[in-house]
Amino acid sequence: MNEIETNRPEANRHDNKISISMESKSQNEFLARTIVAAFIAPIDPDINDLTDIKTAISEAVTNAVIHGYKNGEGQIELTMTLKNGELHVIVTDYGVGISNISKAREPMFTTLAEIDHAGMGFTVMEKFMDTVTVTSDLGKGTTVEMYKKLTKDL
Amino acid sequence: MHYKHSGKALYIQLEGEIDHHTTKGLKEKIARAFEPTDCRQMIFDLSRVTFMDSSGIGMIIGRYKNAQERGGTVAITGMNPGIERIFQISGLAKIINSYASVEDAEKALGESVQ
Repeated sequence: MNEIETNRPEANRHDNKISISMESKSQNEFLARTIVAAFIAPIDPDINDLTDIKTAISEAVTNAVIHGYKNGEGQIELTMTLKNGELHVIVTDYGVGISNISKAREPMFTTLAEIDHAGMGFTVMEKFMDTVTVTSDLGKGTTVEMYKKLTKDL
Repeated sequence: MHYKHSGKALYIQLEGEIDHHTTKGLKEKIARAFEPTDCRQMIFDLSRVTFMDSSGIGMIIGRYKNAQERGGTVAITGMNPGIERIFQISGLAKIINSYASVEDAEKALGESVQ
């Protein structure tokens, strides 16, 4: 019996899905990345993967707060799915939307004038996640979808 | 955040998680620490920082510009591997030097910190 147990695919034992709706507030950037870390904790992810994922989620939620809602009020939806050892994250806002997505994804492009805004959010998401898809409707909002295959910490 | 100034250098020790939420306060604190002095260099100690995203990169770029206006620069010390990764990926590593320790940064900056 033990042999059958150990031969069972490990990956999908931890399949799971959660959705959270949160107010667009900068303190929720911390909350969002803490939730994703707790969500993937059961599969004991590699420390580098964990840092990459936390950073990518932090970037996506920050974008929603500062660009989507321009630091104003709004709701941000966060959906996380774990399937066969792959994490799928969707971050949605109902804010202003992005007029030129390919421009927004360019490194160091920013619509903000402050000297200390890096404009690196999408670049970081792309480097840290396997795939990043951005869809946006002007005046309706933006959805960022990210996938990452997780490697177990050995 | 803890800081001290000595000679021409402002030493800034950051701790915890650095993101858009926390950089808002840090920018003000660093400005208040830097502006009244005649410091030219800023030496950041990140050894107690556990998380940093691109908002932290932006915050450092802004401080680099402040230091440049006085003919100085910024040095980064004590990065953990996760922070090192975003430091490289963001391109910040091309403009700002990093060192294992504050002492190493002081050695590299030489007389300009005195």
